[in-house]
Amino acid sequence: MAEMTKAKMAEFLEPVNDIISRYEKKERYLIPVLQEAQGEYGYLPEEVLKEIAVGLNLSLSQVYGVVTFYSQFHQQPRGNNIIRVCMGTACHVRGGDAVMDAIQDELGIDAGETTDDLEFTLESVACIGACGLAPVIMVNDDTHGRLTPEKIPGILAKYQ
Amino acid sequence: MNDSIYRSHVLVCTGTGCVSSGAKNLKTTLEEELADKDLSSEIKIVETGCHGFCEKGPIMIVYPEGVFYCEVSEDDVAEVVEEHLLKGRTVERLLFREPMTEEQIPSYKDIDFYKKQQRIALANCGKIDPEDIDEYIALGGYEAAGEVLTNMSSQEVIDEIKNSGLRGRGGGGFPTGLKWQFAKNSDSDKKYVICNADEGDPGAFMDRSILEGDPHKVIEGMLIAAYAIGADEGYVYVRAEYPLAITRLEKAIEDSEKYGLLGDNIFSSGFNFKLHIKKGAGAFVCGEETALMASIEGKRGMPTPRPPYPAVRGLFGKPTNINNVETLANIPFIITEGSDEFSKIGTENSSGTKVFALTGKINNTGLVEVPMGTTLKEVIYEIGGGLGAGKKFKAVQTGGPSGGCLPEKYLDLPIDYDSLLDAGTMMGSGGMVVMDEDSCMVDVARFFLNFTQSESCGKCTPCREGTKRMLEILNRITSGDGKDGDIELLEELGHHIKSTSLCGLGQSAPNPVLSTIRYFRDEYEAHIHDDNCPAGVCKELSSAYVIDEEACIGCGKCAKVCPVDAISGEIKSAFVIDADICIACGACEPECPVDAISQG
Repeated sequence: MAEMTKAKMAEFLEPVNDIISRYEKKERYLIPVLQEAQGEYGYLPEEVLKEIAVGLNLSLSQVYGVVTFYSQFHQQPRGNNIIRVCMGTACHVRGGDAVMDAIQDELGIDAGETTDDLEFTLESVACIGACGLAPVIMVNDDTHGRLTPEKIPGILAKYQ
Repeated sequence: MNDSIYRSHVLVCTGTGCVSSGAKNLKTTLEEELADKDLSSEIKIVETGCHGFCEKGPIMIVYPEGVFYCEVSEDDVAEVVEEHLLKGRTVERLLFREPMTEEQIPSYKDIDFYKKQQRIALANCGKIDPEDIDEYIALGGYEAAGEVLTNMSSQEVIDEIKNSGLRGRGGGGFPTGLKWQFAKNSDSDKKYVICNADEGDPGAFMDRSILEGDPHKVIEGMLIAAYAIGADEGYVYVRAEYPLAITRLEKAIEDSEKYGLLGDNIFSSGFNFKLHIKKGAGAFVCGEETALMASIEGKRGMPTPRPPYPAVRGLFGKPTNINNVETLANIPFIITEGSDEFSKIGTENSSGTKVFALTGKINNTGLVEVPMGTTLKEVIYEIGGGLGAGKKFKAVQTGGPSGGCLPEKYLDLPIDYDSLLDAGTMMGSGGMVVMDEDSCMVDVARFFLNFTQSESCGKCTPCREGTKRMLEILNRITSGDGKDGDIELLEELGHHIKSTSLCGLGQSAPNPVLSTIRYFRDEYEAHIHDDNCPAGVCKELSSAYVIDEEACIGCGKCAKVCPVDAISGEIKSAFVIDADICIACGACEPECPVDAISQG
């Protein structure tokens, strides 16, 4: 983002500064601030992390340490729709791998990647706690259960 | 509060399971249909939490009759309204059928899945509207907190919990009363209580269902714990992956504050308690209590050595008591019914009930709550309805990534904390995954180790490096490159990791491997010495499928499902599978109407 002018950068950082201003300057608010900032930007760009470090009076390395520790935080742009494929025990024994393969084929990306048009990000998660319906995926906040590879195209089409 | 009297209540489950099966649309259609038939003032729709029977969702129960309908779709609504709600006739085709006997069961309480259960923690789940505090209060909610705050000293409360024999339901099984006593004994101007709802075990979802179905019970449990140890502030640390649980908990906290059940001077007792929700950020290790506290403090969620225990030096350096969701959900019952009543349930050293998330290759998946001491067989066959047709039981995995797999000879084992430990597994948070002959035990061990390895926080070398080395060996074995001595090496590494890791994650990570070696060593040996995966799961070791030419009727169904186009042939003449292309996925086998396909 080196090409941004100063004015543009200030505009870009306005939402994060707004978020920071609602919290006390304490370490304990780092995770909620990061969560809100990611909600706003969709991911956590470096400039935003720098702003948060300054805003909460923490070192950038400390902020970076937390961001990289938790799987919820992302430093790359993400798709409009987030697909989480459950790889939990129940899903594993009921064919979760085949569901993952079907989604990868359909979207042409691997787990952890985002489609070029930024429509979908595909992730695997350890368990989404809907084991009774295994195998399960979550698209954004919707849970889809009892899946077979054949059902995948229909589900993805709903989000396009 | 709504004072109208309705002649019927229709309970629609809106737990995560049923919602993903279409419960929201079902409810909307039902509302429209009732409005259409002018019944909205006579019949009330109640959105409830999870009934535990997620397999059969969406679930709908009609009271006062208590008729249990399952797998109800929008298209069924008109018939239910017309037949049941107007004409009083049960819609038989929507009733539950017992998988073993095919018998239709109209009433909720007569279904085997529920009949054998004893529900304390889950008592209200599926019965009340979790977003309506009045419904919780109507069923005796906050009575225990009232009793505690107005009539009991903090020591009396702790004695009562100690006497109940309640042990931590999050997995460790530490006596809850003793934990509270330690926190009470610590002198400090400030103390905290934390509810650990960072349910990260793959295969467990009871904490989620309790928070979604009965959030007030957890709040009440926390309020009592806070009073007992002298804390005025608390946190519920809940996974961000549980959006519905968070929403319902937020609403519940807001309502409790409005009713004066949280905040200052609760029940005019002079006792204050403030409760916050803290959303996790996706790290399994944060289920470990010291890591969880680090996370609330805004740090990387890495465990720290104990002592000092949280009861002495916990959150922000202050004495802290941490209990799991299910543990807290047992507290109100112990207070209102008495600790003797509670300790009568279960076994001598493990009193009360335990909720299990019953999943895997079983007919009735879902959440079940049974007295401690119930045997695995009762849970799997009587409540769970047994395995799918023609499938043979191979193992049951308990305790998630910290636990192990038990073979058939343990089916009569009464389940409690100690019996499971003796058998080489553990209670853990209560996941129970049933596996049949199609599950490969080496693959299952690899699956869990892959999970713990990627979730290891990296602080201790044995856990960080050791799990990686074990995983490499398992990957090698499952891909056909196993060597002599691999099994012994896995055992040696496993024992070292267990004895030298700092926290529960590392101390239990090797369990799935060690227990499968203990009970299914022959499967490991078959992989290593015979290049054979007996269950046919490990692709590199599996031989191609073949079609019996004599039996094949040439329908071509198998060719349609083959993901790699290995099957060819003309309709009405025998099809063939190209063994070089076949990846032995097994997709074709169930498609064949005449069972002509088998693994070569």
